Amino acid sequence: MFAPDSVGRTFAGADSIKISQSEIDAFAAVIGETDTSVAPPTFTIRISLDQFQNILTRPEVGLDWSRLVHGDQKFEVFAPVKAGDSLRCSATIESYRVAAGNEIVSVRSDLHRGEDLVISSWSTLVVRA
Amino acid sequence: MISVGTALPEKIVYLDRALLKAYADASGDQNPIHQNEEFALSVGLPNVIAHGMLTMALVGKYVTDWSGGSASVKEFGARFIKPVIVPAGEKVDLTINATVIEVNGEEIKLDLIATSAGVKVLGMAKAVVIKK
Repeated sequence: MFAPDSVGRTFAGADSIKISQSEIDAFAAVIGETDTSVAPPTFTIRISLDQFQNILTRPEVGLDWSRLVHGDQKFEVFAPVKAGDSLRCSATIESYRVAAGNEIVSVRSDLHRGEDLVISSWSTLVVRA
Repeated sequence: MISVGTALPEKIVYLDRALLKAYADASGDQNPIHQNEEFALSVGLPNVIAHGMLTMALVGKYVTDWSGGSASVKEFGARFIKPVIVPAGEKVDLTINATVIEVNGEEIKLDLIATSAGVKVLGMAKAVVIKK
């Protein structure tokens, strides 16, 4: 059961996710990008979704990850991610509603490098009825 | 000259099961609906479907090819309205078009259209770039 009082809360995630050149290279290769000096714009989804899973399935939040589909996604990039970055993660649950039995959660991921916010992203996650 | 209404050239990229496997490995998203046909059918899908985020990544590549590389993207968003269906042994199209809808100083906003097999797969797909 999703805990409604978690809406509006910000949860700390991993505090130092290291970005390697090899993981940027692998992601870039799939889409045919040869310049890997910075990560492709959607690269950090691999971090954000993993953090969301860790945070939203905590007993105090209680989201059922097994029936989840991705409804929409948005990125705002303040500075591109590159190899060698160490990123601190947090997730903020912005809204929750139930429509036709589906649970719809909007959650924001903020990735910081040191004190600087480098990427915010928003995901709408739908737990199918 | 880039102005509101400028259309970008259409691009068609092709997806197959091998690309879905490669994206699963690169993204860490190993959900079996993107690799295992039996599993996909068992949860009511018509076949294996591409990761929405793979579709979005490929559209992102289309954008950055035009705008001058990965660092040129300021905002990028899309809604996953229909799946890209990827049957075994086939290559399916992802056909991408874009139009400039806003120019604010050096920032250019694009409206993006992505279809597969004639079906629109992304909704509300927009990107803001600073073209290099």
